[in-house]
Amino acid sequence: MSKTTDWDLYEVFVRSKRGLSHKHVGSVHAADGRMAIENARDLYTRRSEGESVWVIPAKQIIASDPAEGDALFGPAADKVYRHPTFYDIPDEVGKM
Amino acid sequence: MNAVYKTEDNPLFQYVLGLGDDALVLGQRWCEWLSKGPNLELDIASSNLALDLLGQAELFLGYAAELEGSGRSADDLAYLRDAHDFRNHWLVEQPNDDWGVTIARMAMFSLYHYHRLEGLTRSNDKFLSDVATKALKEVAYHRRFASEWTIRLGQGTKESHGRVQKGFNDLWRFVPELFETIDAEQKLADDGAIVASGDLRFAWEHDLDQVLEQASLVKPEGTGRLIGSRHNGHHSEHLGLLLCELQYLQRAYPTSAGAHW
Repeated sequence: MSKTTDWDLYEVFVRSKRGLSHKHVGSVHAADGRMAIENARDLYTRRSEGESVWVIPAKQIIASDPAEGDALFGPAADKVYRHPTFYDIPDEVGKM
Repeated sequence: MNAVYKTEDNPLFQYVLGLGDDALVLGQRWCEWLSKGPNLELDIASSNLALDLLGQAELFLGYAAELEGSGRSADDLAYLRDAHDFRNHWLVEQPNDDWGVTIARMAMFSLYHYHRLEGLTRSNDKFLSDVATKALKEVAYHRRFASEWTIRLGQGTKESHGRVQKGFNDLWRFVPELFETIDAEQKLADDGAIVASGDLRFAWEHDLDQVLEQASLVKPEGTGRLIGSRHNGHHSEHLGLLLCELQYLQRAYPTSAGAHW
């Protein structure tokens, strides 16, 4: 039997309802894409969690380097004015 | 009570018993994979297949108990009958052996089960058509799972190809039984309650041929012949051993002594 380590890791995204976006729910091991869909179905959609599944080979995901976090995200930290929180909202609008 | 029914006694009861026993026995075979799957994902897949089948067994055996009308429950039928009272096919009671054999058996059975249930969705028996409609969705996945795995193993390595081919070769002798139609069953079919097993063969072969072709596997030669008849309580020696495990708890600790669930 092949070991799980011989198989690729796939990231699983499930869309719970039409109109919503696919959301990352976890990952599965699989030898190919079809098997990844089946494994994802068995792990993540048994309780009516979704109506669509995407699987993506984990190695195809290009992620940001945590060490570069300052360069990428740091500059936003002192620019609170980028959040639309300085407007007075008329009472008539109610809760947004 | 352990009466061996004659084939003509209460035919609908016996037919439904067959549906329930197929699901119960194959469900137990899938349970045997738990903790032994090739990996965690397939361990969970195996338990899902087992649970689907167990759920179908409960519904069919519950209905069989009602049709029998002698006060037995689905649990009584599952846990307190001996091998010669079971009406499942020989195919489903065969040992798991390896993953190749397990997949070959599941492909052969789930294609058969799919067409049988599909026919039952048009049954004039309301209960059967309702349960078949529900179960068909599960079995549509089972046949996909088994077909994909057949193709994957067949197209995989020399080792995987050899193992799944051996599975089909070894199990091929149990095919004729799937399509045996005894008189009592034909009568049920004529009455519109079921589709006779013999009438499922064309669709089954058609689907199986496609899977085997995609998997680069060879369809075993010969049509084989019946080894024994489940309708008369004949089974291979494997069923008794399977039941020992399946029924152990209930037999060792009868309800009167406190085994409740």
